[in-house]
Amino acid sequence: MSKPRFRWHIVVFLAPAVLIYTAVMIFPLFNTLRLALYSKIDQERIFVGLANFYTLFGDPHWADQFWNALGNNFWFFLIHMLVQNPIGIILAAILSHPRLRFAAFYRSAIFIPTILSFVIVGFAWKLILSPIWGIAPSMLDAIGLKSLYAPWLGKEDYALTTLALISVWQFVGIPMMLIYAALLSIPDEILEAGEIDGITGISAFWKIKLPLILPSIGIISILTFVGNFNAFDLIYAAQGALAGPDFSTDILGTFMYRTFFGFQLQLGDPYLGSAIASAMFAIILVGVCIYLFGIQTRMRRYQL
Amino acid sequence: MNKARSNPLNKVAMHGALILYTLIALFPVFVILINSFKNRKAIFREPLAVPNADTFSMIGYETVMKQGDFFLYFQNSMIVTVVSLTLILLFGAMAAFALSEYRFRGNLIMGLYLALGIMIPIRIGTVAILEMMVATGLVNTLTALILVYTAQGLPLAVFILSEFMRQVSDDLKNAGRIDGLSEYTIFFRLVLPLVRPAMATVAVFNMIPIWNDLWFPLILAPAEETKTLTLGSQVFIGQFVTDWNAVLSALSMAILPVLILYVIFSRQLIRGITSGAVK
Repeated sequence: MSKPRFRWHIVVFLAPAVLIYTAVMIFPLFNTLRLALYSKIDQERIFVGLANFYTLFGDPHWADQFWNALGNNFWFFLIHMLVQNPIGIILAAILSHPRLRFAAFYRSAIFIPTILSFVIVGFAWKLILSPIWGIAPSMLDAIGLKSLYAPWLGKEDYALTTLALISVWQFVGIPMMLIYAALLSIPDEILEAGEIDGITGISAFWKIKLPLILPSIGIISILTFVGNFNAFDLIYAAQGALAGPDFSTDILGTFMYRTFFGFQLQLGDPYLGSAIASAMFAIILVGVCIYLFGIQTRMRRYQL
Repeated sequence: MNKARSNPLNKVAMHGALILYTLIALFPVFVILINSFKNRKAIFREPLAVPNADTFSMIGYETVMKQGDFFLYFQNSMIVTVVSLTLILLFGAMAAFALSEYRFRGNLIMGLYLALGIMIPIRIGTVAILEMMVATGLVNTLTALILVYTAQGLPLAVFILSEFMRQVSDDLKNAGRIDGLSEYTIFFRLVLPLVRPAMATVAVFNMIPIWNDLWFPLILAPAEETKTLTLGSQVFIGQFVTDWNAVLSALSMAILPVLILYVIFSRQLIRGITSGAVK
């Protein structure tokens, strides 16, 4: 028997995807990590080792901004975990109820904000919360809570939380859909078996459904984590590159953009920008690893 | 039927909760849309009223049409989205076929290599991407955006499509081989039509993030001729902050195409998400 011919068609099938993916995604990713070790001195690119990282973590001016952005980013993530995902799960639990009327309508309507761009969402909420237009204060007035109103997006203490809640409003459809899908895949026999044992309604949710959808909740958590730690668009659309007021809404994405491109009088520094990107890469990698090795492998999966 | 599962009080509570959340979800969109058709006075006096004969005005839309080149922006967004989606689907399906159909050395490694990009956002590499686009002269071209979005969409596309292609029956493909069809014909004529539902899922997954992206248009193609609709409306609104009619109209014009596409494709989109494609 002769040696099998080289199967060129495999190469032809793989080549376009692998080439584009490697050239536009993987190569720039590692190149960015490499650029973080360089700097421009006298119009020349010079290898400076970890100097950019010393600046980023050591120089008070930069370190303050970095830790501020990182802390804000964690708060942003926390709000998503505590508000977006529970609301998504509750909505999905209600929607998956058998013979609920109009379920398809509710599902489609609640998903609408998710399809809108950050620019639309950012500006629409900015207008609605604006003290000039007065929709938010007059609506609060109608239910007698006018004293609670403040120009939230303009106050340092509230702006970040407000933006995080706007982002929650926008993306609640995603956990809702994924959990909904997971709930639908639970066989009726299991629920009926529970019913025979007297487990129904809310307790059926806690005791039967929730353990079964834990893997989906894990996936949603890691998707939220990755999404939040490279977020940028909403903050930029609503507050601009300076992430005002006084950097109180600055997160890693906007910080990297400002550093990389410069703003006002500060010149852009792609190398320092690469260093921030590397830090973001490390954070996301740690998060994904914790999920893959710490959570996913230990989670009990039930064969359905 | 069990009592707890059909309790009428429960039903009212469930519908109440869903209606409340639906209102929260739709209210901002509704307010923007109705106010874009009102004159300036009515926008401020009665922000929650539907436009009537007295308050109806298209002045905002006229400003937008005069000042911004929204048709060009729309066209750019269309080109970028459609071409990127086509490339993602074609190249993604080809790679998925190679990985799921043939056994060759490095198959597993190649699969893992392509899957890396599912979790790691392409934005991390922005600095080097910009440098590369400057070096190749692709800055401020739609090609730059198309390349980036294609690379961004491929990992998940390959992953989902290869899952589906494993389910295509071997007998069918082998029958084709006995009839003397080439591997290419088998892929394009036999396999592709069978995974069409999975292709639709991949398409709707990628469509929204590409259409709505602000980061890459801002960095790679901010020139007037290559602005996408998302970037175009961002810049326009930034310039017309005080002209409320124009801002509201620009927002509505950015909402409407997406909303119309959503109404057409929502069933497909929701079926795609709930079909368990993301496991």
